[in-house]
Amino acid sequence: MTAPVLRVRDLVKEYGEGDARVRALRGVDLDVDQGDYVAIMGASGSGKSTLMNILGCLDVPTSGSYRIDGADVGLLDEHQLALLRNRRVGFVFQSFNLIPRMSALANVELPLMYGGVGQAERRSRALAALEQVGLSDRLHHEPNQLSGGQQQRVAVARALVTAPALLLADEPTGNLDTSSTRDVLDILDRLSVSGRTIVLITHEDDVAAHAKRVIRLVDGAIVEDRRQAPVDGPPPRLAEAVG
Amino acid sequence: MNRLEILRFALRGLLANKMRSALTTLGILIGVAAVILLVAVGEGSSQSIQKNIQRLGANTLTISPSFTGGGGGRGGPGGGGGQNTGPRTQARQLTLADAEALADRAAAPSVASVSPVVTAGSATATYEAASHGIGQLVGTYPSYFEAMNRQVARGTYFFNDDVLAARKVMVLGTTVAEELFGDLDPVGRQVSVSGVPFTVVGVLKESGSTGMQDADDVALAPLPAVQQSLTGFGSLGSIVVRATGASATATAQAEVTAVLNQRHGITGTAAADYRILNQATLQETVSEATGTFTVLLAAVAAISLLVGGIGITNIMLVTVTERTREIGIRKAIGAPRGAILGQFLMEATLLSLVGGLSGVLVAFAGTRFTIAGIEPVLVPSSVALALGVSVGIGLFFGGYPANRAAKLRPIQALRHE
Repeated sequence: MTAPVLRVRDLVKEYGEGDARVRALRGVDLDVDQGDYVAIMGASGSGKSTLMNILGCLDVPTSGSYRIDGADVGLLDEHQLALLRNRRVGFVFQSFNLIPRMSALANVELPLMYGGVGQAERRSRALAALEQVGLSDRLHHEPNQLSGGQQQRVAVARALVTAPALLLADEPTGNLDTSSTRDVLDILDRLSVSGRTIVLITHEDDVAAHAKRVIRLVDGAIVEDRRQAPVDGPPPRLAEAVG
Repeated sequence: MNRLEILRFALRGLLANKMRSALTTLGILIGVAAVILLVAVGEGSSQSIQKNIQRLGANTLTISPSFTGGGGGRGGPGGGGGQNTGPRTQARQLTLADAEALADRAAAPSVASVSPVVTAGSATATYEAASHGIGQLVGTYPSYFEAMNRQVARGTYFFNDDVLAARKVMVLGTTVAEELFGDLDPVGRQVSVSGVPFTVVGVLKESGSTGMQDADDVALAPLPAVQQSLTGFGSLGSIVVRATGASATATAQAEVTAVLNQRHGITGTAAADYRILNQATLQETVSEATGTFTVLLAAVAAISLLVGGIGITNIMLVTVTERTREIGIRKAIGAPRGAILGQFLMEATLLSLVGGLSGVLVAFAGTRFTIAGIEPVLVPSSVALALGVSVGIGLFFGGYPANRAAKLRPIQALRHE
């Protein structure tokens, strides 16, 4: 058994000072193994987005430790954190967060550019990532020329292009219609089959049904941790389709 | 992430807001061009004034009689003033004997030559039908030509022989020559000045206007000839003394003062009855004045450069603020702080560099024209300074908001609306 991709111990996050202090996370412990597909569920205000931001190294916890791929995030300096975000983590946002006035291809190439990848390799990897999400025919469209579903698929391609150890998705289908939701979830299922580790946040049971493991957060603490399918098998929906 | 890519990002950022970038550039352009142009105009005017003064002859002292504080004016009400300056005899005029005393090598070793001068006002010269009121008819010694830096273009000077013999010969300024003779060669012809005939022996080189009066509207003749026919053998109008060198003018002035004080009986606190005009001092004073003028112009221009710089700061603040979210996205996908900072610094530098360089071009074009009668003279240090300041402002004030944004945690930048 290899070390877990994610190991979180006693994670606490507080906002504000004095009387206005809010405890968003109250000591979360979590291990995610290589190849797992985890859905984190919870009502709004349960701390799931806070957890996600900390897992994606976008925010820092008040206390507690957090390791990605064995590296203790709390000990990393600014530059190493940037490298970590660039190489080990792919983040998909609810609101897509593509950079305006840049083509889909340029958006997908951007993480590789910051990672110092040469131009030719950058181009071929970005093309491959866009093909994976089925957008080979929209390479030169800018975000405002794409539908919401297409934008989210570009965002997924951008998260994938650096081949990260961990794919984080913060309500990736929250802003999408049913058919776009299905497109994105299909992509995530396929990625899971190919062995990618995925953690996503959702409040929809339909979405959570795609995951191999469902974690429920209430008031900043884990109240339920249910496994729906084995770590090294296919995600449940694909298993059903095959079965 | 290499420099070329940072440059491409910066260009893309600037081109996304063409109008805004153009206006900011324009602000810097105007500032830089104004600094360079105004300094050039100041320098040009100062140089032209210096040249005019130099044309009057360097190393010369002009001694003229002074009646301020002289005995005649002292008897008025408030007689106490007279007591303060001690007993005064009547102020004395300058005489030929004074001039001869100054020429004494032993008493005044720093004096190279002494030229006594009488000036006949309102002398009208006629030649056949033409007549002209000569601005300045000067009777003097040949040394005057060298002291006042006047050269003959045609014909000859007059000489010591002419002075001794009181020959009625004359050297004309170009204005006089043209008025009287037109295209004719005046050398050898006779003009009559107030009825007295003078033979023209030479014409002076054109020296140009000194700003106050036409320096070419003159006629020079031997001192005794002018005294005989026009002014009478009275006092001198002035004495022009040439020092042995530019550095000797101060010593020469001291020697002249000593000689004249002795001859005029001026001792202790008594006010002198003559005045010494030192060309070197005049030149210093004028260059100080024009220097102040240039500094003033440069200060005005510097303010406009500063305003241009504030324009860049403002634009960079706005740009960074409205793109904070974009910065958050870039950080979330792993942009290192240096890359973010580099992009915005590059944008600010591009703005100020493009504006500064076009400002320099505009200024170069502008200095080719005569501005308000002044030929501007480019001062290279002002170009370097204006360009340096504009780029410096861009880097400093562009760097501040960029650095602030690059330091944000990604989540803070992403939440920014």
